[in-house]
Amino acid sequence: MKPFSYARATSPAEAAAAVARTPNAKFIAGGTNLLDLMKLQIETPAHLIDVQDLKLDRIEETKDGGLRIGAFVSNSDLASDARVRRDYGVLSRAIVAGASGQLRNKATTAGNLLQRTRCPYFYDTNQACNKRKPGSGCAAIGGFSRQLGIIGTSDACIATYPGDMAVAMRLLDATVETVRPDGAARAIPIADFYKLPGSTPHIETALVPGELITAVTLPKPIGGTHIYHKVRDRASYAFALVSVAAIVQRDGSGRVAVGGIAPKPWRVEAAEAALPQGAAAVTPKLLAGAKPTHDNAFKVTLVERTLAAALIEAKG
Amino acid sequence: MKFDTPAGQNPIDQLKHVGKPIDRIDGKFKTTGTAPYAYERHDVVANPAYGYVVGAAVAKGRISRIDMAAAKAAPGVLTIVTAESAGPLGKGNFNTAKLLGGPEIDHYHQAIALVVAETFEQARAAAALIVIDYARTAGRFDLAKELKGAPLHSEKGKPPVTKIGDFDAAFGTAPVKLDATYTTPDHSHAMMEPHATTAKWDGDKVTLYTSNQMIAWSKGDVAKTLGIPKDNVRLVSPYVGGGFGGKLFIRADVILAALGAKAAGRPVKVTLTRPMMFNNTTHRPATIQRIRIGAGRDGKITAIAHESGSGDLPGGGPETAVSQTRLLYAGANRLTSMRLAVVDLPEGNAMRAPGEAPGLMALEIAMDEMAEKLGMDPIAFRVANDTQVDPEKPERRFSQRQLVQCLEQGADRFGWKQRSAKPAQRRDGQWLVGMGVAAGFRNSMAMKSAARVALDKKGIVTVSTDMTDIGTGTYTIIAQTAAEMMGVDIDKVVVQLGDSDHPVSAGSGGQWGANNSTAGVYAACVKLREAIAQKLGFNSADVTFADGKVRSGNRSFALTEAAGDAGLVAEDAIEYGDLGKTYQQSTFAGHFVEAAVHSLTGEVRIRRMLAVCAAGRILNPKSARSQVIGAMTMGAGAALMEDLAVDTRFGFFVNHDLAGYEVPVHADIPHQEVMFLDEVDPTSSPMKAKGVGELGLCGVGAAIANAIYNASGVRVREYPVTLDKHLAHLPPVA
Amino acid sequence: MTMPVTLTVNGKKQTLEVDTRTTLLDTLREHLHLTGTKKGCDHGQCGACTVIVDGKRINSCLSLAVMHQGDKITTIEGLGTPDHLHPMQAAFVKHDGYQCGYCTPGQICSAVAVLAEIKAGTPSHVTASLTDAPRATNAEMRERMSGNICRCGAYSNILDAMTEVAETNA
Repeated sequence: MKPFSYARATSPAEAAAAVARTPNAKFIAGGTNLLDLMKLQIETPAHLIDVQDLKLDRIEETKDGGLRIGAFVSNSDLASDARVRRDYGVLSRAIVAGASGQLRNKATTAGNLLQRTRCPYFYDTNQACNKRKPGSGCAAIGGFSRQLGIIGTSDACIATYPGDMAVAMRLLDATVETVRPDGAARAIPIADFYKLPGSTPHIETALVPGELITAVTLPKPIGGTHIYHKVRDRASYAFALVSVAAIVQRDGSGRVAVGGIAPKPWRVEAAEAALPQGAAAVTPKLLAGAKPTHDNAFKVTLVERTLAAALIEAKG
Repeated sequence: MKFDTPAGQNPIDQLKHVGKPIDRIDGKFKTTGTAPYAYERHDVVANPAYGYVVGAAVAKGRISRIDMAAAKAAPGVLTIVTAESAGPLGKGNFNTAKLLGGPEIDHYHQAIALVVAETFEQARAAAALIVIDYARTAGRFDLAKELKGAPLHSEKGKPPVTKIGDFDAAFGTAPVKLDATYTTPDHSHAMMEPHATTAKWDGDKVTLYTSNQMIAWSKGDVAKTLGIPKDNVRLVSPYVGGGFGGKLFIRADVILAALGAKAAGRPVKVTLTRPMMFNNTTHRPATIQRIRIGAGRDGKITAIAHESGSGDLPGGGPETAVSQTRLLYAGANRLTSMRLAVVDLPEGNAMRAPGEAPGLMALEIAMDEMAEKLGMDPIAFRVANDTQVDPEKPERRFSQRQLVQCLEQGADRFGWKQRSAKPAQRRDGQWLVGMGVAAGFRNSMAMKSAARVALDKKGIVTVSTDMTDIGTGTYTIIAQTAAEMMGVDIDKVVVQLGDSDHPVSAGSGGQWGANNSTAGVYAACVKLREAIAQKLGFNSADVTFADGKVRSGNRSFALTEAAGDAGLVAEDAIEYGDLGKTYQQSTFAGHFVEAAVHSLTGEVRIRRMLAVCAAGRILNPKSARSQVIGAMTMGAGAALMEDLAVDTRFGFFVNHDLAGYEVPVHADIPHQEVMFLDEVDPTSSPMKAKGVGELGLCGVGAAIANAIYNASGVRVREYPVTLDKHLAHLPPVA
Repeated sequence: MTMPVTLTVNGKKQTLEVDTRTTLLDTLREHLHLTGTKKGCDHGQCGACTVIVDGKRINSCLSLAVMHQGDKITTIEGLGTPDHLHPMQAAFVKHDGYQCGYCTPGQICSAVAVLAEIKAGTPSHVTASLTDAPRATNAEMRERMSGNICRCGAYSNILDAMTEVAETNA
């Protein structure tokens, strides 16, 4: 870990400005991913702006009947919130399917959105990785890729977005609220928040340098049965091989998003029309253009079968 | 004390302390965080500097350039150790690859430098400033490929193939036969305490506070590696945060801490980082095993062959996965062999139940498959092929062999009758549920073990031995042994372990620790009893020790009086004759598992586990049970998830941290039940005990795999049984 | 780069000058010599470093000391001592909820926090209904303890220890 200076900001705009004006500065919230990466020198900030004093730790109801979740709300607090449990069960379910109790107590809403990939080649600084070191190549392609992406990947990168919470937020059509270094606020639909790797896998989100996430808003609840089915090798405390987030209405219509298979939470709205016909009808549309590797070809089957399981669970 | 005839009645048979499920005497320290481990010896070493290990970035090749200028100039840096600065080093008897590499690189993450600095943060940052260029050379990383044409392995002076009868002929004519290949992957010990050492030099003597299972072996290897007399080396390892074979030998932390402390001129502590442990240290080697079994329609095995292949670095050894097959089942025509390929992956070596763990993972699936082919219940098939003698040497009996009882009593207890012989018959919602069984088998090994026992004027009995407690409960069973022998309460016994200044014990490995180390304490106590009797003028054959008193006839003295102001000390060792050759001394288990497979996603969950063990006298049923459930948990990992993924292009284990190399968590493990059958084995030692620490692992993986098959109807022969391997064969999506 | 930080550890105020890079874990172990909190992986993958900060359990390895200015931290040493064991520590001894002892302080800190989390109604992955209060069932405790790896495999015994404490507290 390289030496760095540390300061706490007192307002979001000040924090954004500080990161923008200080060379190689980063925000730190829970720190559960950033410090992990800093120890391996995958992240090497020279300055950390701690956002814990910004009072971004509240969950409030919005005027249009939705919910505004402060960027600093911990995963535990978000999953435990009575309104989230009642109206956005898939979000609560997704959060508690991830990490451990200890990590969820520290991990924040914004930090979790920005969680970086768990590709083992990204994590090993001896290996080529275009995400970690642009232009160095991708050792994962042709390597051990069982956990890695089957769709949305590129010749430069086959890493996945590893998280669970964002899969539910994608399903819920959440909006990411930010403040930019110039003090201007903007709202980014979560569908536009994550960038596919293409030839620039180091660019993972729509955020500009110094832009600080202040909140995530959820539109008003849409009802339905909320399911989050996460499949992994061990029963807990593991990243998803495949996870399926679904909201199913009484008439069988609904939404589905998938984690563990792509560089971002994967949702194809056009595929959802087939939900009443079942998983076998949805999956080809959901995974059109998938390019699995030898190691992870099973994920194509697994998506269909996990969706089928989720639809059965939704029927109760 | 020479132990060369079966034990008769002795003071241990009183069972006032031995055999009781008492709480561990070190429990209050472990649960309050006050038991000191190797990296936290603030109590004995003030102000150590911090060493950070740099590992090789390539699997094979040579360092062509190493630039340490920036690292040397970095804040807080005291010194940097490399192979060049260290000068010529030896290699330990128990090490295959050098612990400090360079310029030649033998495997990925082989240690090549140690940066020593005032603080951990400074050492870690400076280590990242070292710039190293490598000239890579081609390596051999693909086991399956390298096994083609690999030679048969022959143990020292023994033939490479064991043959009894005519396997080929018998197998050829057998009416029912199985010929199947099974694979087990590389496994990591993944003990919770990383390898760590605090080193302190006093003149030319070095003290190493470390985490080690085998103190005497390791003391010798430190001396040999550093090229200094053994007498100048002291190892101290009172608490070991797990080993499982990974700490049988010294690793890079020990040597680098010693070299770093020498170079820095002050104490240095070094720990391996978790992401480095998987490639830097040893692992259980992967195997490819072919098993052939031929039987008559009566279910009697007529031919059995087990051939295994594994790989290791040049000069390394095989995973002895065939060894149990020589002893476990009857059958007139037998064959075993091992092939050893040279691979340039990290060093393969012992991990808990080496040989039997992967061997039984394969053999006990094969037995399940064979039972199915015969239309027999898997327990009945095993019972039909039980043997009370060594199948290769029928004149040699097992000292005790209750495998049949383990299986039959376990079947009753587990409700085996509920199992459907036909797989994929039982549903619980979306889950398919099944049961599996496997035999467990592991030998009991006799190892010389010494101890010193002192009695002081307060009546305190102090036992000192270099034996280690790696979570096995050694402190407690030694205290129980000394209490039994000297007739005192447990709280009057002090146990000092893990110091090379103490008499040399058997150490912790091969499940031999409990029986041998307590037998060594028994021997020392016998000597102390004689000394006490002699001092009191008693006939030592006619003395009893009980309630803090020593009695002979109507005369009685308190032990405090007997000890006198000066106290009394005795030291002795247990040494063995050839009872272990006359008898085959082994431990047995029946493992039972109920598992569920999600009919759609293929996820596997273990629902119930039972182990029934016959392993000689159980010295402490509480800690012994813990050993068995812990081993069953490790077996669950091996069956379901553990798999060091080899990158065959670059030659390293890719998933080298605890997020990538998954081991079981709480949620994976259901309630576990353990039954110990009544057994004493007078041929094993005066304790009449054997071991259980590895037995609990032997066979459990196959019991899980067999339960999965019984649930799903899909047979997976490549461990671990992850969902991707059976997914395509599960019931179709409706 | 160093900074001053004040923490209250096991009820005692501690003011230190720490490297900004120093984790809460290394502050406890290397600076305050509270070595009961263990370093098993240093990457949030094992739970051996679990401590309770302002009433919540966290992995102290993935937190910087400077992020905890003014925080109240409870470590294993703050729960009980060899002569005055916390009920959870005593239950671990009774049920042999450990073997090598290295993950044990983290398991115990987590176990204490888990029972509190269940009482507080925090849902888990295995909670059947998100709108009902969870109970201290085997499945709930196993799931919630899953961030604490025990390679010795004492899980079944740890559950017995927790069950006893949960029933006593109920």
